[in-house]
Amino acid sequence: MNDSPGSARMLWVRHMTRIRDDKDRQAFAELFGHFAPRVKGFLMRSGADASLAEECTQDVMAALWHKSHQFDPARASVATWIFTIARNRKIDLLRRQRRPEPEDLAWGPEAEPDQEDVLTLQQESKILGAALAELPENQRELIEKAYFGDLTHSEIAAETGLPLGTIKSRIRLALERLRHVMK
Amino acid sequence: MSNKINHHLNDAILMAYSAGTLPEAFNLIVASHLSMCDQCRAQAETFDALGGEILDQSDATEIGTHSLDETLSLIESGPVDTIRAPRVADSVLPQPLQDYVGGDLDAIKWKPVGMGVRQAILPTTREATARLLFIPAGAAMPDHGHQGTEMTMVLQGAFQDDDGYFARGDVEIADSDLHHTPVADIHQDCICLAVTDAPLRFDSLIPRIAQRFLRI
Repeated sequence: MNDSPGSARMLWVRHMTRIRDDKDRQAFAELFGHFAPRVKGFLMRSGADASLAEECTQDVMAALWHKSHQFDPARASVATWIFTIARNRKIDLLRRQRRPEPEDLAWGPEAEPDQEDVLTLQQESKILGAALAELPENQRELIEKAYFGDLTHSEIAAETGLPLGTIKSRIRLALERLRHVMK
Repeated sequence: MSNKINHHLNDAILMAYSAGTLPEAFNLIVASHLSMCDQCRAQAETFDALGGEILDQSDATEIGTHSLDETLSLIESGPVDTIRAPRVADSVLPQPLQDYVGGDLDAIKWKPVGMGVRQAILPTTREATARLLFIPAGAAMPDHGHQGTEMTMVLQGAFQDDDGYFARGDVEIADSDLHHTPVADIHQDCICLAVTDAPLRFDSLIPRIAQRFLRI
């Protein structure tokens, strides 16, 4: 993976365009191959059993197809966008709650985003990903638990045996590091 | 989005909103604030980006042999999306609250709680409670502390307490140690969204008795 328009992130973005414009099943199959097993893992770590997670993953991936016109690559990476769909489905199905969403931002009428903005956003997300990969193991693990384990900070404390204050400061430290890399 | 917001959400809450681990009532106040505050919305989307990277780097779990084909037939059967009710423009209520109230201000089913104060409890899961509060201009809420976290966002008017001055869009986050008596600004009746994850503790006898009946 490199910074060029040929990087993996830009490849996923172009796949999304092919799905949106051409209903391209090959592009969908490739996105599915990478993301469906990860969405399923996310849902299982959030407490779904294998069959519910499977069903839910299929819903998420079908939503990706149907909502492909809503994806804005100048605003999110494909991974981020899929994460938000999966997160909302998790709340819906596992927590049996509605997910209140903020007011929709006023978009231009079907305007294609500026290519330079798209590249910049996708590169920033790559830098964020690299920073995450380089976090010290203990910080990375806590951030993952906060997202994937469906645990509150105090529940993480109970699970890891670390005092709550330590957890909060480690998460803060990790976020600080991520921000520093992003500057 | 025109007025200046001075009191914002914190990282812990924004991260939990992004991770999807907050009770529904807290999601509602976060979504309402994000609708009015571009700064926090950008921060929330940054936490979504972090979630995306974690997902991208996570290990693959085995999926069903026919998973892709099943998904493609699911796609054939069409989208299942529900359509969001159209937004009432220029409302005191941001869209997430309109969704819960089922309309604009006039759709709120207020119940009097005494001293001119009115409330309406919104339908959320019971882990936490979301209520709209109407406090007449210049009136005080009963002095109270809390056992858990209380978040209050101003929708109309303003209030003042020991922690500062809160106007439209501002959020006050109070933990169990804060003990406060919010007073509504004299110029306009104050409407707030208040969310609590434990019953409020009132300090005088009568409100404490009333508490049992009012679900405050």
